Formats: sequence, C-alpha cells, structure tokens
Amino acid sequence: MSSVATTTTTQTRKGSTAAGRRLRWWQQLLFQALCLFIAATVLFPIMWIVSMSLDPRNIARPTELRLIPPGASLDAYRAVLDRPTANPVTFTELALNSLKLAGGVALFALLIGVSAAYAFSRFKFPGRQYMMIAVLAITVLPAVATIAPLFALLNGIRLSSSLLSIALLIAAALVIGFGLMIVVPALRASTASGGTYAVGGVALVLGLLLVYTALAPARSDVFVLRNSLLGVGIAMISGALPFAIWNLKGYLDTIPRELEEAAIIDGASPNQIFFQIVLPLAVPALAVTGFLSFAGGWTEFFLSWQFLTNPKDFTLAMALYNMTGQYAGSIPWSRFAAFSILVSLPVAIVYLLLQRYIVGGLTLGGVKG
Amino acid sequence: MAATNPGTATLKAARPSASGTWRQLRTPLVYLIPAALIMALVTFYPLAYQVWMSFTDYGVIKEEGKQTLNRFGPDGQPPPNYRPAQGVGFKNYSDILTNNPQFVARLGGNFNFWRLLAFNLWWTFSNVGFHVALGILIAVLLNVEGLWGRRIYRALYILPMVLPNIVIATVWRNMFDDQYGAINQLLSMIAGAPVGIRWFNQIEPPIPGVPLPLSYYAMLIANIWLGWPFMTIVATGALQSIPKEMYEAAAIDGATGPQQFWNITLPLLRPAMVPAAMVGIVTTFNLFHIIYFMSGGGPLGQTEIMVTQAFKLVNAQQLFGVAAAFSVIIALVLIPIFLITNRISRATESYDV
Repeated sequence: MSSVATTTTTQTRKGSTAAGRRLRWWQQLLFQALCLFIAATVLFPIMWIVSMSLDPRNIARPTELRLIPPGASLDAYRAVLDRPTANPVTFTELALNSLKLAGGVALFALLIGVSAAYAFSRFKFPGRQYMMIAVLAITVLPAVATIAPLFALLNGIRLSSSLLSIALLIAAALVIGFGLMIVVPALRASTASGGTYAVGGVALVLGLLLVYTALAPARSDVFVLRNSLLGVGIAMISGALPFAIWNLKGYLDTIPRELEEAAIIDGASPNQIFFQIVLPLAVPALAVTGFLSFAGGWTEFFLSWQFLTNPKDFTLAMALYNMTGQYAGSIPWSRFAAFSILVSLPVAIVYLLLQRYIVGGLTLGGVKG
Repeated sequence: MAATNPGTATLKAARPSASGTWRQLRTPLVYLIPAALIMALVTFYPLAYQVWMSFTDYGVIKEEGKQTLNRFGPDGQPPPNYRPAQGVGFKNYSDILTNNPQFVARLGGNFNFWRLLAFNLWWTFSNVGFHVALGILIAVLLNVEGLWGRRIYRALYILPMVLPNIVIATVWRNMFDDQYGAINQLLSMIAGAPVGIRWFNQIEPPIPGVPLPLSYYAMLIANIWLGWPFMTIVATGALQSIPKEMYEAAAIDGATGPQQFWNITLPLLRPAMVPAAMVGIVTTFNLFHIIYFMSGGGPLGQTEIMVTQAFKLVNAQQLFGVAAAFSVIIALVLIPIFLITNRISRATESYDV
C-alpha cells in the first residue's frame, strides 16, 4: 500500500523541468500522429453520439456515418425531456427518482460509514483485522450476486400504507433528533465547526426526505417494500455502505495525525477530535466517496429493473435500457443519443472537477473501481 | 449515543500497552455500532439467507403453473397459488456443476457452467492484459519530453473514465449494430463497399479454431476503450516519480531506449501497476454492464459471464434457489482472487499506529 501512496501523492516531478532535450522533427511527427490517432479513437464514440443528438433531421436510424452534423437542432433533447420512452413518465420524473435513490444512498452511506472508517483508521482493537477483511470481502462480491436474497426478503415486507407512514415519521424524528443531539450541545459550548454543521445539515435533509415520503399520497393499500424506491435504496445500501467505509478508511489513513495527537495532549475527547479535527480534514474524502456512491446510484440498473414495476418509480438507467438495441422499438436513435448525454453530463462534469482526488483514491482505498 | 466519557479512554486506546480488552474496545465500538448494525441487517443477514436459499427450490417453477412467492394474501393468509420453498439439499449445486440436461433445458439449452467459467476468466485476463499494456505504453508516450500538446492529450484521454458504464455499454451496442451502427459504416467507408458484419449474431467464430464469437471481439474493443485510461493515469503517476538521473546514468553506460524501458521503467512501474491490475481484474470479472447491454450473453450464451447469468436466473427464470447457489459459487471463485489481491496489495495490513 505504501508504495502506491507515494506514487500517487508525490507528483512533484514535472516532466518539463529538463527542457534541454528536444525531439527531432520526425520523432515529434511520429508521436503526434500516434497521439492524434489515440485521441481519434477516444473521441469517435463521443462525437458519434453528440452529432446524432444534434442532427436537425432528427433521425430514426443513422444510415451513414457523419461525425459533424449538417446544422444543429435541439429537437431530440426537447422530445426526450418531454417523454423519453413509451412509458407515461417524463424525464423530470425519471431524473427525480434517480436523484432520490442516488442522493439518499450516498448520504446514508457517508453518514454511517465515516464513523466506522474513523474507527478502523485510528484505533487498534481486538478483531479489527477480521472486521476489515469482512468489509473488504463484501466490496469484492458483485452486487448482482446478492439480488436473490434481497428480493426475497424485501418482497416479504408488506405493510398497510398508513402503518408505513407512521414508521417513516418515527424514523424522521429519530434522524432529526440525532442531528439536534450533535448540533445543539456544540452550539451551546460554542465549539461548532464545519463538520458539526455538515452532520446537522445531512440529518435535516434526510429527515425532511423521510417526512415527505411519509406524507406523499399512497398508490395502493398494501405497500410492498420491494416494489418501491425505498426498497431499492435499502438493497443498494447493502453494497454501498461497505464500499463507503473502505474508501473513506483509505483516505483517512493518509491524513496526518499530528493534529489529533496535539488535540489529545490538550485534553480533547474522541468526539471532539472526530467532529472538529477529522471531519473538517476529511471533507475532500467525503466529497469523493459521496460522489462515487452517487454516481453508482445514478445509473444503478439491475436492482431497479428487477424490483420496480410501477412506471412512476422508474429510473434513468431503466429508461436507457428501454431505448437500446432490440428493445428500442420505434424510438429514434437521435433521442437515445440525447438521453445518453443528458444522463452522463452531470456525472461527467463532477467527475472532471474531482478527478485528482478520485484517481488517487481508487488505487489507494479500494478494490472496487 | 457517544456519551461514554472518553478523554482517558482514547489516550489508552492509542497506546497498545494499555491493559484490558474492554477499554481498548469501548471507544472504537461506539463508532462502529451504527455501521455494524446496518450491515448486519442489510448485508450479512441477506448473505446468510442466500446460503439457506441455495439449498432450497425457492422460486417459480413454470411447469407447475402460475405461482406467487408472496406469502401474504389480502386477508393475511397465504394465497392459494403460494409456493413455499422446500429443501433440496445440494441439488442446485450439482445441477449447475454437472450441467444436468433437464436443468439446462429449463434455462433455454445454452447453459454450460465450465464453458461459462472459462470464458469469464479469459474475458477478465484478456481485457486486463490489454488495459495494462496499453496503459503503460500510452503513459510512456505522454511522458516523452518535448512532446507538443501533452496537457491537451492528457485531458482528452480521461474522457472514457468519466462517463457512466451503462451509457458506454449502450452506446457501443448501437455502434456495433449490424444495420445502422457506426462501426460497420466506418468500415464501409474504408472498404468502399457496404459492410454488414453481424457483430452480435454471427455464431461461427471469426478465427477458426478459437472458440470465441464475434461479439466477444466487439465487447473487447468497447472494454479496451473503457479501461486503458485508468491504467494510464496510474502509470503516469508512477512514471513521474522515477528520477531522471537513472535514465541519464543508463544512457552514459550505453543503454539503448528499449533497454532503459525494460530495465528501468517497467520494474519501477511494477509496484503501482500490480494493485491497479488487481483492481482491474476484480472489476472486469464482475463487469455486468458491457456484457448484459451489448451481447446479452449471446450468441447462444457463448459470451455469458457469471454475473449476467446470475441476474438472468433471477430476472428471466425466477429460479431464486438456483440463483442463490450460483451466487455462492461466484463467491467461491472470487475468494482466491480476493486473497491474492489482498496479499499483493496488502490492503488490510495494519496501518502503523
């Protein structure tokens, strides 16, 4: 592990320091040709999909290869935002469902995962090694391989809708209460820091989300946990939480501990150290891990495809599958192209922004890419 | 929750010499409890349940007519067509491992466990081999001093990494479409005559004697496109930490470019590339999206991998018991891979406190 840490963190030597040596012109030409060829292969699918989405002819199926479309129009985007598939759902509804799933799972996994990651990273205790191996082993197991028991177990949980609302309200009260328990004492003692506010904010958002779900009108008398976004979310937590713990632990290991040692000498309690020193330092790690969990949830396919039957619950990935290959039916490929771009864009932009941290962490923290 | 008063507890927990297991355990336990409870409920309990399911015939048996897996009807009683699971011992495992003809027929006739496993392993290693080799070569190319536009190329080359896997898989599926796909159109432009390669449906292997269908090569191309940038980034990081003096010294001693590559660059890249390759192996072994969205396992199930087969057992066949047994087998295949990964990358080795 240490070798990777050094190679990924010490990128101090810039290749351009010794600018004395110059390439001969034919070498430069050869290398440029190679680089341009690689760039062309990288860009080919991207150009293809972008040009198809912008094609003003709004083509059903492309009959010739044109990487630069004649003119441009946003018709395909307009059509896709209105109603992407044959199912009676709009793009906004699909995106909202994906957002709820991805956001909820990412927030939950972070909130629960960071304290466990802290324990693994900073304490020595009996059984630590075995617990870490258990967590890591789960991250190696493919999520698809647990779909059978998760389906069976969640399918067995059926509640009358009113009972569900009550349960959700109690859960919301617990979450918000937990947040208050952390924020209020810190405010009284005026030791509140960024970490405290972050935890409070996350708890508030989660709580309000639960209240909203509880008060939303029920679709049928019997609530089947499996056939709901909540059920899919729970199934996703099954893999997302170990991943978050492992990933965060990898990042926390790289945070130098001098500050904490100084705080211990000054008489800080473990809670104070955790909330006021470790959490603020771990903000980039939290952002990256949260983003990776979010990106996973945003395009999660097989659980939602297996679990959900109500078109109102469908997600972006399910719609994308409905637009591909033999399932596409009469959906024009220009819409498929526009839809792919709309799905990718938010994730791609954030990925590019966080790129430096993500790449370091992927090799450092975890086995799952 | 965390109301133990822990000022002294940490001081002691931080020191290995402190006596008493409980004292050592108390503070970390408080931090572990939420995650441990949730994981016990949604991760470990389902895994245990999976092992139980694998010894039953849990699921819908189509030959027996319409059934439901729902134990609770509208009046709280089991519905008349409810089918309780019955223990079948090791039957699911033996059906899978021995390719029981009756069982294979129920899956559509194309199932062959050992072929599946062999393909999955070949799929993994052929892909990761390309990823690592291309990754290193391109990283070395980008590291050439005086190359124009290095920054631009580096920025362009990470694009495949930032797109969601599912989008990449569906886009490549459409690019390899035999009628409207960009690949056939590109080949037509180069050849000057219409090309209609049936990438996903042609059954005869394109290279005689190599039992790999055309769809394997299509997916290999797509996955190489997807995978090498990660390896390039890892290799670039490692390359930049190799001191230039080593090359200068080698050049003075008369080492040629290839000699420098084999004797300096490659050995010094190894510590960074081996863990990255391990990450790649586990990821590619379980790479659901490319296979499921591109070939769908076809033609005739020849490009099926373990995870797509497991999903089909649940999604298409509704044979949950068999799927559970299959998943246990996947775990058993992954354990050696995991142990080797863990040994090589030393991931769970203790962080020196």
